[in-house]
Amino acid sequence: MNDAPDRVYLDHAATTPMLAEARDVLTEQLGRTGNASSLHASGRAARRTVEESREIIAEHLGARPSEIVFCSGGTEANNLAIKGLVWSQRSADPRRTRVVFSSIEHHALLDPVTWLAAHEGARIDTTPVDRQGRIDLDALRESVDRDPTDVGVVTTMWANNEMGTVQPIDDVVAIAHRHGLPVHSDAVQAAGYLPLDFAGSGLDAMTLTAHKLGGPVGIGALVLRREVEPTPLLHGGGQERDVRSGTVGVALIAAFAKAVEVNAARRRETGERLEALRARLVEGIAARIPDAVVNGDPESGDDHRLPNIAHVTFPGCEGDAMLMLLDAQGVEVSTGSACAAGVPQPSHVLLAMGFDDRAARGSLRLSLGHTSTDADVDRLLEVLPAVHERARAASLVRSR
Amino acid sequence: MSAPLRLVAAMSGGVDSAVAAARAVDAGHDVTGVHLALSRNPRSYRSGARGCCSIEDSSDARRAADVLGIPFWVWDMSEEFADEVVDDFVAEYAAGRTPNPCLRCNEKIKFAAVLDRALALGFDGVVTGHYAQLREGPDGLELHRAVDAGKDQSYVLGVLTAEQLAHSHFPLGGSVKTDVRAEAERRGLQVAHKPDSHDICFVADGDNAGWLADKLGRRPGTIVDEDGTVLREHDGAYAFTIGQRRGLRLGVPADDGKPRFVLDIEPVSGTVTVGPREHLAVGALRAVRPLWCGEPPADELDCTVQLRAHGSEHRARVRPVDGPVDGAVADAVEVDLLDPAEGIAPGQAVVVYDGTRVVGSATITTTESARADRAGTR
Repeated sequence: MNDAPDRVYLDHAATTPMLAEARDVLTEQLGRTGNASSLHASGRAARRTVEESREIIAEHLGARPSEIVFCSGGTEANNLAIKGLVWSQRSADPRRTRVVFSSIEHHALLDPVTWLAAHEGARIDTTPVDRQGRIDLDALRESVDRDPTDVGVVTTMWANNEMGTVQPIDDVVAIAHRHGLPVHSDAVQAAGYLPLDFAGSGLDAMTLTAHKLGGPVGIGALVLRREVEPTPLLHGGGQERDVRSGTVGVALIAAFAKAVEVNAARRRETGERLEALRARLVEGIAARIPDAVVNGDPESGDDHRLPNIAHVTFPGCEGDAMLMLLDAQGVEVSTGSACAAGVPQPSHVLLAMGFDDRAARGSLRLSLGHTSTDADVDRLLEVLPAVHERARAASLVRSR
Repeated sequence: MSAPLRLVAAMSGGVDSAVAAARAVDAGHDVTGVHLALSRNPRSYRSGARGCCSIEDSSDARRAADVLGIPFWVWDMSEEFADEVVDDFVAEYAAGRTPNPCLRCNEKIKFAAVLDRALALGFDGVVTGHYAQLREGPDGLELHRAVDAGKDQSYVLGVLTAEQLAHSHFPLGGSVKTDVRAEAERRGLQVAHKPDSHDICFVADGDNAGWLADKLGRRPGTIVDEDGTVLREHDGAYAFTIGQRRGLRLGVPADDGKPRFVLDIEPVSGTVTVGPREHLAVGALRAVRPLWCGEPPADELDCTVQLRAHGSEHRARVRPVDGPVDGAVADAVEVDLLDPAEGIAPGQAVVVYDGTRVVGSATITTTESARADRAGTR
């Protein structure tokens, strides 16, 4: 599965290895020709594959097939949702340009929002989160109720990508829908680990990407209620409800559907296994590094946190140094923070949760996935103490 | 190099550091590429001859590391760089001296902050693309000039201590630049034809005076001739360097019609003195905080000295003397230049050589004219 079998991959939240079934479908489909928009037999065959895939994905997400709009992935889906909804709302009512969003959104959401503010005069309202990384519903309510008539879209991610904290989407939807405002959720990190029911959630739009749940990179979807019509980002052949033009990637879509299907069949079992593995990981870290702090929601469960992410702060250490030293030992993790201009920056998520700059820099995100094993956790725990000691020494050099 | 070491290769994104890293890999070392992020606000692309600090340079370094198949990381040294190099640069100009930020960066960042961090993280040393040679001598490790005289960078490494040198590796010291470029090409490194860097990396577009004006603001003063006659006002003495001829905008030509040069800068009053080229010649100088590679010389030393980066060599006699600061023993040197030198400014380093070997270095504080009629100390 992993083409570097000697490596311990603990960064599944960045991307997870493709499921063998999805890879088989992808490679098989890549041998076929046919534009799904063509009218001849090859085109019809391609179209059939696309529509069957759409049906499979819709079924597993509690959506209607027509609500699945394929696109290139999470970033595009978020851009389409946020820019598209603000633009369409604004053309109906020029006052509706305000975006209400949580302070812990992924950059793929955050950046289109700040772009709208910088270039299109949109007003943006960040909603704070608590120390576990969960949105403050009172603040959200206050923000929306203050003037619901100027809101273009309300958006809150389903589960946070650094912390794994699950957001109270039902409550967010209720707050927005009291005023009939459209709600979007970036469910990229949640899909694959939580049961998602689009219809049941009441959401108007939801972002998905295949590569976080065992499908290929380069394909995702914006799940979009049929009444909702964002202004397109891309104009062209009118594919995907005229919302997202461009020849559809038949092979990628088929592999995406296969990944969703296989993932759904195994989700409960995998989730339980990962939860147990995570518990071992967290306990093992605590036993070896007593001052390490596990962040986020300590409680497990679909309403609390993802089963596969452990976010840990190592006081007095730089996450970057630990990342480098772990990599040298064959263990692959993430600091969870973004690089700004090539230089690692403290995570805005941690800062929003009330961590100071130093603690934010001294953290690692360890994320498990379907290929994770006890041996992976053992290897991490084996090398971690020495890595931690060295990283702490390097940090002392720096601060002197 | 014998036993395999764990080394950090400082990779600027240029051809030299890429080839240096490659050679360290070939020598069997376990090499990790590190790009130093030195700017708080990096620009996206290279402009002019700026050598580093842009995101494009970081990408070039990463690409080279990928070609070599070595791990690559960006280390954020922007705070250290701002404190130790940029602030020092500004303060030195404000004090009327002429600093060398590259030398300072080697002394305080590359072979200090970076080396310390590397050692703490379990590495054995640092590899750079500097053109200089390290040789095992009778009394320990010796720093020598590079084979390529045109590229030699021993001057900007002359401030390193024996301890720093002991953890340093300069794989390019025995090569000439054209061979290094050819080697880069042969190795498939995309940076093979990237232009050399010249300007100070943190001063965009090489506009030193403009950059300093932003930092220091208007500090008016006058430009005077050697008699004290005011020739014009200026907005800041920091815009001038001893030996400077261009950009003085004096309007009225000198009586003898010859070009005038900056002879002296007095930072407190902001007075810039100009005069003819002959008066630039320095015959002796005094420098502080000497750093000797090995034992300090017992008495006067016949040697050569270099007084600025890419400057020429001058025959000299160097005497350790008690320093100016509370008379600390042997805390200064006096240097008699047997070949007078021009455009020597306080703040620059004097690096002392015995043949190709660096004997020591010190920071110039005062200079004396080589002319009998201008015997005064500046």
